[in-house]
Amino acid sequence: MSVQVSPIDEVKTTPWSGGKSPFNVEYGKMMMWFFLLSDAFTFSSLLIAYGALRFSSNSWPAADLIFQSVPGTSIEHGAPLVFVGLMTFILIMSSVTMVLAVEAGHRMAKKEVVTWMVFTIIGGFMFLGCQALEWNHLHHEGFWWGSIPHDLKEFFHEGAPLSATYTQQFANLFFTITGFHGFHVFSGVIINIIITVNVLLGTYQKRGSYLMIEKVGLYWHFVDLVWVFVFTFFYLV
Amino acid sequence: MSTETTQIHHEEHGEGMTRKKIWKIFGVLLAITVVEFIIALVLVPKGIIPLHTANPIYIVLTLAKAFYIVAYFMHLKFEKIGLALCIIVPILFIIGLILVLTNESHYWIDLRPKL
Repeated sequence: MSVQVSPIDEVKTTPWSGGKSPFNVEYGKMMMWFFLLSDAFTFSSLLIAYGALRFSSNSWPAADLIFQSVPGTSIEHGAPLVFVGLMTFILIMSSVTMVLAVEAGHRMAKKEVVTWMVFTIIGGFMFLGCQALEWNHLHHEGFWWGSIPHDLKEFFHEGAPLSATYTQQFANLFFTITGFHGFHVFSGVIINIIITVNVLLGTYQKRGSYLMIEKVGLYWHFVDLVWVFVFTFFYLV
Repeated sequence: MSTETTQIHHEEHGEGMTRKKIWKIFGVLLAITVVEFIIALVLVPKGIIPLHTANPIYIVLTLAKAFYIVAYFMHLKFEKIGLALCIIVPILFIIGLILVLTNESHYWIDLRPKL
């Protein structure tokens, strides 16, 4: 006597019917992607708010006049973009060392993973150091949340009307957005350190996969990605 | 669980990033940044490109950089199309917010006191 299998009990074999991984990524990695998507929304909201306030103003302090010094050196004037260029280079560079760590992880080369992770962490600290110098410099000029310098003439292009309101909006947005980004860099560095310690302890060698490096790598690249936008909208446009 | 992870891991292995490719992408990112610098430090101050033309160029170059970071460094180009769509399609909401708020800010400018 044969058993009749009703259609509802038949084992399905299509990708979305279970038993297979439709996205072919591990759970944690997929969740990292969705977290980054939500974080992208947060950063976009901040940057779009900045854009909206700037578009609706009839004058705005000029980036090449505010950021024209190289903090930490004696160059005070006439070097716009130099310091932020260095910061951008450091962050892109640390992103590269991060992919190199991921690539070494694919080959299960523990020593190389550690080397590249250490370079990535150094890059992160260098970026944070630069940002601290930049904030310190602006703070000494009188910029902060809720405070701006008394003399605004040097921050506006010739012919542009001076406005304390818009300068204050600029300062608030600058410190909020670069601060939020810097906080991300800081947590990224901490996460990278934890993961590097795990690599040294041989956790991933035992597990047989360096997938964790890919996950923290995604976060680190996202931080770099956000900086690309912050750089464009605060320093170039 | 661990065998499953390794299996997924090995399947991805095929079309990953080689070291040569990583440095190539780095070169592209660096080149785009250098172009941005040339525009900002040479072409705009000398008046070869007016600022209102330079701004859209910056934005296009920024989006190009974003593409290279997401596609290659974050490996999204080599993931399943379903995952890529799940991440990229919601970006439409961001574009929506940009359109709404730029439109709105043109209205706000009339409410602001004239300087």
